[in-house]
Amino acid sequence: MAEYVVEMRDIVKDFPGLRANDHITLQLKKGEVHALLGENGAGKSTLMSILFGLYRADEGQILVKGKEVQITNPNVANELGIGMVHQHFKLVHNFTVTENIVLGLEPRRGVTMDLKSAAARIAELSRQYGLEVDPNAKIEEISVGMQQRVEILKMLYRDAEVLIFDEPTAVLTPMEIRELIAIMKNLISEGKSIILITHKLKEIKEVADRCTIIRRGRHIATVDVAATSEQEMAEMMVGHEISFVIDKEEKTPGDPVLQIEDLSVKNSHGSLGLRDFSLTVRGGAIVGIAGVDGNGQSELVEAITGLRRAEKGKILLNGEEITHETIARRIRRGVSHIPEDRQKRGLVLDYTVEENMVLEVYGQRPFSKHGLLNKRAIHDYAARIADDYDVRAGEGVLSRAGSLSGGNQQKAIIGREIEKQPVLLIAVQPTRGLDVGSIEYIHKRIVEQRNLGRAVLLVSLELDEVLQLSDRIVAINAGQVIGEVLAKDTDENEVGLMMAGVGKDGGGVER
Amino acid sequence: MKILVSVISILLGFVAGALLMLSSGANPLTGFSYLFQGGLKSVTRICNTIAYAVPLMLTGLSVTFAFKTGLFNIGAPGQMLIGGLLANVLALTAGLPRPLLLPLVIAASIVGGMVWAAVPGFLKARFNVNEVVSCIMMNWVAYWVVYIVISDHFKSTTIDTESQVIPAAASLKTEAITLLTKGSNLNLGIFIAIIATALVIFILNRTVLGYEMKAVGFNRFAAEYGGINVQKNAVLAMVISGALSGLAGLTFYCGYLSNMRIGVMPSQGFDGIAVALLANCAPVGVVFAAIFFAILQTGKGFMNAMMPIPPEIADTIIATVIYFAATSKLIEMNLDRIKKFFGRKRPSKSEGSGEHVEHH
Repeated sequence: MAEYVVEMRDIVKDFPGLRANDHITLQLKKGEVHALLGENGAGKSTLMSILFGLYRADEGQILVKGKEVQITNPNVANELGIGMVHQHFKLVHNFTVTENIVLGLEPRRGVTMDLKSAAARIAELSRQYGLEVDPNAKIEEISVGMQQRVEILKMLYRDAEVLIFDEPTAVLTPMEIRELIAIMKNLISEGKSIILITHKLKEIKEVADRCTIIRRGRHIATVDVAATSEQEMAEMMVGHEISFVIDKEEKTPGDPVLQIEDLSVKNSHGSLGLRDFSLTVRGGAIVGIAGVDGNGQSELVEAITGLRRAEKGKILLNGEEITHETIARRIRRGVSHIPEDRQKRGLVLDYTVEENMVLEVYGQRPFSKHGLLNKRAIHDYAARIADDYDVRAGEGVLSRAGSLSGGNQQKAIIGREIEKQPVLLIAVQPTRGLDVGSIEYIHKRIVEQRNLGRAVLLVSLELDEVLQLSDRIVAINAGQVIGEVLAKDTDENEVGLMMAGVGKDGGGVER
Repeated sequence: MKILVSVISILLGFVAGALLMLSSGANPLTGFSYLFQGGLKSVTRICNTIAYAVPLMLTGLSVTFAFKTGLFNIGAPGQMLIGGLLANVLALTAGLPRPLLLPLVIAASIVGGMVWAAVPGFLKARFNVNEVVSCIMMNWVAYWVVYIVISDHFKSTTIDTESQVIPAAASLKTEAITLLTKGSNLNLGIFIAIIATALVIFILNRTVLGYEMKAVGFNRFAAEYGGINVQKNAVLAMVISGALSGLAGLTFYCGYLSNMRIGVMPSQGFDGIAVALLANCAPVGVVFAAIFFAILQTGKGFMNAMMPIPPEIADTIIATVIYFAATSKLIEMNLDRIKKFFGRKRPSKSEGSGEHVEHH
C-alpha cells in the first residue's frame, strides 16, 4: 500500500500570460482531511481541475495509490475513485434525489429504469454516513445544505475514495456548516480521504489534518494543522508581496455621504446574505470592504445601487433616505458604480463604446433633448473620456464594446463612472483580471476621487488592494461587520484573520 | 457580411427548388423563368407583387422591432386581425367623407394592433409570462372575435363567410393609382409602409426610446444597471410592434382586399417572422425581403399554369430560404472556415490567445 492515495508532483500549468500552477506538489494520505489554502486566484481551482481531468498539466505527474495515471477527463477521475463536490451544484431541479444521483449510470431492468433498487442503495449510503437525505424528495424542495449532501451522495454512489470539496461552506448557513463538518468526519472514519479547498482558516483548524498553502501559483508550505496557528497560516497565505506605494495625502474625512443602518438583504438563494449591516462612508475617505467572496458584498452593493431590494434597514445618501428609490433616481443623485461583472452589468457589449459611455446619462442634456439623441454631443463626450482614460480600441469610440480587451473595457467603465462627478463612488473589484500597469492607473484615479472630497466605497477580494487604497477597512463575514480598523493601524495579518472570521479582539465570532 | 448571409440563404433556397424541379422532370431554368415572369412580367404584375409585399413589410417591421428589444412577437396575425376589424367596422359604419374617414380608419387599425399587443407585453412585464405563449393565445382570441363580430353584424349579403365590402371612401385604393398601374391592387399602403420603415429606423437610431429598447434587448442586466426601466420598455416595444401589425391589417383588409374573411388566420402575420429573419432584423432589409417573398408568392401560380410544376415548389423555396436564414450562424461559421483556410497559407498566429473577447 502506497503512503499516499493521491500524489500530485511538481504540477505546472500555464495559461497565456500567466503561470497558474508553478511546480505545486500535493500529497494526500489515506484517511486525512487535507486543506488547500490560498487567496482568490492563487491557483487552487486550477490544481483541482487538473486532478479532476478538466485541464491537462503542462508538467508534472499524478499518482493514484502509487501508480502514475493520465487523467484525461472527469470520467477517468471517476473511475479512479476521485469525486468532486462543486461549489455550484450540478443538479436537475425538478428531478428527485435518486434521479439526480443515478444520472449518467441509470440502472436498467430490460427497457425500464430500476429506480427502486437505486433508491434503496442511496438510502443505505445516506444512513451509513449520517447524511439523512430522502431519496424521493425533489431537489427544488430541499435546502441548499441538503442539495450539497446530494452532491456528496453522488460521489459515494460512484464509489469515490477521494472527495474534493470546492469551497463547500460558501453557500451554507452556520448550522449547516457544523453539520457538514460532522459529515466530513464520518466520511474519514469510513476510510475516505478528503481534499478541502477553502480560504477559511477557522474551518481548516476545526476539520483538517494537514494543510497545503499556495500563493500566486507557488507551493509555499505543507503544514500540520494542529501545530500551526491560524495567524501563521494567514501569513503564509497572504505573503509579503512588493506593493506600489500610492501617493495619498493626509485628509480629514468630511460629512457622512453614505449611511447604512441595520440593513438586511436577501441573497439569490432567498436567505439573508446581509444581516443588520451598518456602515458610514464620509466624503474624502475610502472605506474598503474586506472579505472572502460571497460573504454579503454583492448584496450590500446591489442594495445601495438599487439592483436588489432591502428587506429591512435604511440607506441614506447625504442624509436623505434612498432605500426604496429607483435605480435611475439614485444615479441622478450621484451614485456611481463600477460593477463587479463588467460584461454582464457594466457594458452593453453590442453597443459601441460611445453608446456605452452614456448608459446612465443618455436621458440628460446635452445627450438628448425632447426624446431625441444628440449624437454629436454623445460622440464628443465619449471621445473625451476615452482620451482621458486611455481607452484603446480599433475604431475608437465607434468600436463595439465587446471587441475591446478586458483592461480597456474596465478603463471605459471607470472613466464613465468618474466623469459623472459622483458624490459616492462604489468600486467593486475595480482591477480584477488587469495587468500591473492598468491596476496602478486605476488605483491612482480612485485615490484622486477621494482627494477631491468624494466618498468612495471599495469592495475587493484582493487584500493588498484594500490595504493600499482604504482609509478605513471594514471586514465582512457571513453578511455581518466583523471588525473595523483604520488602514494605517493595521496589517495584512490582522485583516486576513478578520476576513477568515476571527474578530479584532482575537475571539471568534458566533456564526 | 450580413447581406452576404441573406444572399447565400436565397441561393441555397433556389438550389433546393431546382433539385425538386429536376426530380419532377422539369427544367429548373424555365421553371424559375416562369416564376419570376409571374411576379414581374408586366407593370400590373409588378404592382400586384408590391401590393402583396406591403402587409409583409409591416409585419416584418413589427417582428423586427420586437426582436430588437429581445421580444418575440408571434402575435402579428392576431394584431393584424384586430387592426383590420376595427378599420373595417369603422369604414362600414362611420359614413364620413373620405378626408375625415381615411385618417380615422388608419388610426383605428393602429389602436387595434396596439391593444392586442399590449396584453402580452403587460403579462410579460408584470408576471413574466412568456410572450410567445400569450401571443399565440391572443391570435386565437382575435380569430374568434372576428368570427363573431362579422357573422353577427357585418355579414356580406352574398357570401356567408365574408364581411360587407367597405365603401371606396374608406379604402386605401385610389382611382389614380389603380389607373396608373393598369388595374393592379397597388394602393396607398405602400406609402404607409415606407413611412413606417422610416419611422422605425428613426426611433431605433435617433431617439432615447430606441436607445433604451435596444439596450434592454442586447443586455437587460446592463440596461437595469443604467437605470432603464426594463418592464416599461417591454410593454412599449410590444405596443409599437403591435401598431405596425395593426397597420399591416389595414393595408391587407382595407387596401389589398376590401373586406374580411372569417375563419382565416392571415399568413402574412407568420410570414413577417420569416421576412424579419431573412432581413437579419434590418428595417431596410425588411422591405426587400418582403418584396422577394411577394415575388415568389405571386409568381407561383403563373409557373404552375405554364408548366407541370406544383406551386408548392415556391413554398419549398421559401421554406428553405427561411431555414438557411434562421441558421445563418451556420453559414457565417462556414464563411469563417473558408477564410481561415485561405488565411492558413500565411504564417498563422497561435489560436486561443487567452483573451476571450466576443466576436460576432
